[in-house]
Amino acid sequence: MIKGNFIDNLPKVYGIYTGGFLGFIIIMAIGEQMGMTSKTIGICFVAFTVAIYAIIGYLSRTAQADAYYVAGRQVPTVFNGMATAADWMSGASFVAMAGGIYFKGYGYMALLVGWTGGYVLVASLLAPYLRKFGCYTVPDFIGTRYGGNLSRFMAVVVLTVASFTYVTAQINATGTIASVALDIPFQYAVYVGLISILLCSMLGGMRGVTWTQVAQYIVLIIAYLLPVFWISNKMGAGFFPHFMLADEVARIGELEQQFGFVANSKENLAMVPKGLAGITKAHSAVNATPWAFISLALAMMMGTASLPHVMMRYFTTPSVKAARKSVGWSLFFIFLLYSSAPMLATLSKLSLIDPSLPTGIIGKSIAEVQSIDWYQNWNQANLMFVSDFNGNGTLELNEFFMGGKAVVLATPEIAGLPYVISGLVAAGGMAAAMSTADGLVLAIANAISHDVYYKIIDPKAETAKRLVVARVLLVVIGFAGATIAALEIQGILGSVIWAFDFAMSGLFFPLVLGVWWKRANKEGAIAGMFLGLVSGAAYLVWVRSGGSGFLGITQLTFGIFGSAVSLVAMVVVSLMTQAPNAATQRMVDEVRVPSGKSILGKQH
Amino acid sequence: MSKQEQHWEKSKGLLFMTLAIWFVFSIGIFLFGAEMNEVGGPFGYPLTYWFTCQGSLGIFVILIFWFANRQEKIDEEFGFSERGDD
Repeated sequence: MIKGNFIDNLPKVYGIYTGGFLGFIIIMAIGEQMGMTSKTIGICFVAFTVAIYAIIGYLSRTAQADAYYVAGRQVPTVFNGMATAADWMSGASFVAMAGGIYFKGYGYMALLVGWTGGYVLVASLLAPYLRKFGCYTVPDFIGTRYGGNLSRFMAVVVLTVASFTYVTAQINATGTIASVALDIPFQYAVYVGLISILLCSMLGGMRGVTWTQVAQYIVLIIAYLLPVFWISNKMGAGFFPHFMLADEVARIGELEQQFGFVANSKENLAMVPKGLAGITKAHSAVNATPWAFISLALAMMMGTASLPHVMMRYFTTPSVKAARKSVGWSLFFIFLLYSSAPMLATLSKLSLIDPSLPTGIIGKSIAEVQSIDWYQNWNQANLMFVSDFNGNGTLELNEFFMGGKAVVLATPEIAGLPYVISGLVAAGGMAAAMSTADGLVLAIANAISHDVYYKIIDPKAETAKRLVVARVLLVVIGFAGATIAALEIQGILGSVIWAFDFAMSGLFFPLVLGVWWKRANKEGAIAGMFLGLVSGAAYLVWVRSGGSGFLGITQLTFGIFGSAVSLVAMVVVSLMTQAPNAATQRMVDEVRVPSGKSILGKQH
Repeated sequence: MSKQEQHWEKSKGLLFMTLAIWFVFSIGIFLFGAEMNEVGGPFGYPLTYWFTCQGSLGIFVILIFWFANRQEKIDEEFGFSERGDD
């Protein structure tokens, strides 16, 4: 079933899989009618999907280096697009994005523009050229293009800092979902999440991760789109929400005018549970300065082009041509979810605040709201809160608080959808967080096993030994990530954005200039990576510890400062030192042409 | 100029064009976000709001496919295209 035959049969295999999954949803719906409890449905959804991923992971086991590191370079464009989309869309995209839009409006939308626009940079500046290079990992490119163990090692350091920041957030998200769905304490749920992640990646490396990510994409996109369409139809907002919510958006604007944004006093806000927020910003109005919006979008775009777990997905395509097209497909599949998030935020907000809708709670009496079933459930889960600050007995807009995750998790229930949808959403969130965690853990473990162990420490190691080292590292890094995640230091979204900034500080210019500027040399690249990462990190620490920052660069956009330092350092140091030798220059010429042999051999 | 240099010149031209379009829809228009939002956009959404929800995102998707096709044409023109299917 696997191998040549398997690749030819991909549409059929995943077609059957999708049909099977839809069938499973229907069975669960019937089960719900027949009296299955919501808890059982939740457990079934998460356990069933995770078991499928584990089976795929087992079937994809391999003992070959190129299958383990780059899935044998035979992943077709469309499927690589799906895998990249799953790799890309994290638990944060799935669970927190609609909530971010709901609370912050325009200022937050910069992330949508940034997380999609970055793919234009990936397609035009990097992916096809790195594919031609034939590397296994991103540091593999840096190490070969610039030469020397130090440049390779610096690239591993940047990669590890960025990816590790990111992965703890993802393991945290798998833990959150597993703890809710399976009803176990978070500290244990984190390890349940971790074991699920390792099941997908340990035996098959990149090959296992690729085929599970495709399966995870299918689950997560169904889990996101189905409720959005269903809710929109149920509310009578339009059967295709993306094209039909203009009236709803306008209506929210009207209601905002009518209610007004009343500021709460400090004492009142102190009563609100931590992590919950009220609606304080206009839904569709421009509420951020151009620079605040653009700087955040720019940081996310450059970060996208520097994140190794995304870049390495394009090493798995059969050709350079396929790598380019595959970037387009990736973004198309991402677009399906991202363009739906604002619609979900709109539907969610309107259904809660419009007094003329049966679900609207603003304007109702506090006691009435407190007696609603779903309010009690989500209040207990610490995601909703109301309080009668002004003592008039009715709920005002400024007296209603919600957690960001509730937009995705609670809206189906508020709109009166059956519980089976909530189970589906949990499975989708799990798929989103797992697929990203897989990619990240693998990126780190591969970089350390291939670039540090094989290329620097023991270049004579046999394939079998290399793959054992790779797998041991996978487990070690996974456990390290889970242990830190269990401490719950940073919120999901914050650490995700930091990862982008770290990656762009250290890697953006060394990668781009490696292809586009022949004169860039080893000394320049090392200076660029080192000073970029250090200055970016220093800026973050400075702003976090009360520093004022400059040029409006915040702790969310510190990569703009880091990458600027990196660019200047790289250009200045490159020009001050010797030009790269003729062989390196020839190598760059060859990278720029799609045909011919790759720079690094099939097995290296 | 060698064939390879010509190929690279053309590729660079395409890159600049692609990045120019990218710049307009990821950065350029948001310099005027507040003004643009007063105008009605597709499907009746405020224009800036529409760009952040769908417009810019969709344009990026189309832009990448367009870029990929153009680059392929350039590669074929100079005989640098890879053999075999994708």
